[in-house]
Amino acid sequence: MLTSDNAFSTALALILSMDSALISIVMLSLQVSLIAVFIASLIALPVGAALALWRFPGRNVVIVALNALMGLPPVVAGLCVYLLLSRAGPLGEWGLLFTPTAMVIAQVILVLPIIAALTRQQIEALHGEYAEQLTSLGLSRRRMMPTLLWDARFALLTVILAGFGRASAEVGAVMIVGGNIDGVTRVMTTSIVLETSKGNLPVALGLGIILLVLVTMINAIAHMISETAKRRLG
Amino acid sequence: MNKTIALITISTLGMVWSGSLLAAKPYILLASTTSTENTGLFGAIIPAFSDATGIDVRVVAVGTGQAFEIARRGDADSLLVHDLAGEKQFIANGYATERLEVMYNDFVIVGPSDDPAGISNSEAVTDAMQRIAESASPFASRGDDSGTHRAELRLWQEAGISPQGAWYRELGNGMGPTLNTAASMNAYAFTDRATWLAFQNPQDLVLLFEGDDALFNQYASLLLSVQQYPHVKHDLAAQWHQWLVSEQGQQAIEDFKVDGQQVFFPNAD
Repeated sequence: MLTSDNAFSTALALILSMDSALISIVMLSLQVSLIAVFIASLIALPVGAALALWRFPGRNVVIVALNALMGLPPVVAGLCVYLLLSRAGPLGEWGLLFTPTAMVIAQVILVLPIIAALTRQQIEALHGEYAEQLTSLGLSRRRMMPTLLWDARFALLTVILAGFGRASAEVGAVMIVGGNIDGVTRVMTTSIVLETSKGNLPVALGLGIILLVLVTMINAIAHMISETAKRRLG
Repeated sequence: MNKTIALITISTLGMVWSGSLLAAKPYILLASTTSTENTGLFGAIIPAFSDATGIDVRVVAVGTGQAFEIARRGDADSLLVHDLAGEKQFIANGYATERLEVMYNDFVIVGPSDDPAGISNSEAVTDAMQRIAESASPFASRGDDSGTHRAELRLWQEAGISPQGAWYRELGNGMGPTLNTAASMNAYAFTDRATWLAFQNPQDLVLLFEGDDALFNQYASLLLSVQQYPHVKHDLAAQWHQWLVSEQGQQAIEDFKVDGQQVFFPNAD
């Protein structure tokens, strides 16, 4: 019989055992999701800021598309990347299917719209506040961009964390493009699916608890960094 | 703040770098079924193969239908499945050149311990399936075009039943999830014995029908076509293919036990 209490004790036993397989699964999960969020941020922060500052035909279409893509089902993103990277697909020669790189690519696609859309919103609000001052300083939009991004950095940290949450929680995309290969592409979420399918529910839930604790720790670190920085700024 | 960002950047790049240092050992990618992976068979036999040859085997465990598709697209080096008709078709289409029988196990029918359809004393599996259909007892089907699902559909056909209605629930899921759902719905299910024995959440389900010859379940290894897939690691895959039917490989399969029970029976020629 499954009780929450034996899932907690299973989680605790898993952590205390410091099982090398578990550690490598945790490390791979963090690696894939952090790299994906890093790459997505590099692209999405400037894109989001540019969308906030420039007016051009079709801008609203782009904004609506980005907002809609925030809800892109991970399994669809996974399927697209699968077809792209499969040997029979356009990028098949790269031989990337069923590797961690493929998982990073799929997660970048999932995370990028979230960071871009939310950045656009943050920067637009900030620009509305400071538009007069910035213009009076004679700053071009291109010069405004880094200033506004820097000024919004604490809000943007939350935006990036939202992206990380999406990446670390999804299972549909990494399952399809990674293949859940033991020791190679098995991450926390795919392990949870595997253990559930074996009927090993306490272990599955135990892994879920570990994942939640990790994500909480990362959020806490980010929160501490931003609080400390805010205090220094006075 | 600048320092922190620099630190995060450097450590992230460091992680990318350490990731790229992995994977020096030669490996093949094997598309296979969930029954072989979920029971832990691969975890038990692959180390023996790796020790003997220095080749690692990376297993992508999916339903047989999807395993065929992965191999057909050229994304796997080797294939280990259990669907004779599908395997013959795959070879006839020119995707694979050689098929070797490796091992077998059998299918069983599990269901609620009070057995509302009364299948436990059936003469034949078709008889058991007719009783389930006639009593309209809930039946959870894989519905995912896997080897097990294909075998189940073949048996319904032999029993002269086209299963439909509220009692017949197609889940479109793997064997494990189907057993989880069947356990929650207290439904009958058609499963391979190995997954059933390794399954840990049976609740009120018990094994009700077994032993009919029609429930025989043969696993075979397929060697992919060199012409069709020039990029595939044929040399390494051939070593795996041959090892499975070698004395050493067959012994490793025989030695694999779930709770002290043998679940796969080597039967290479």
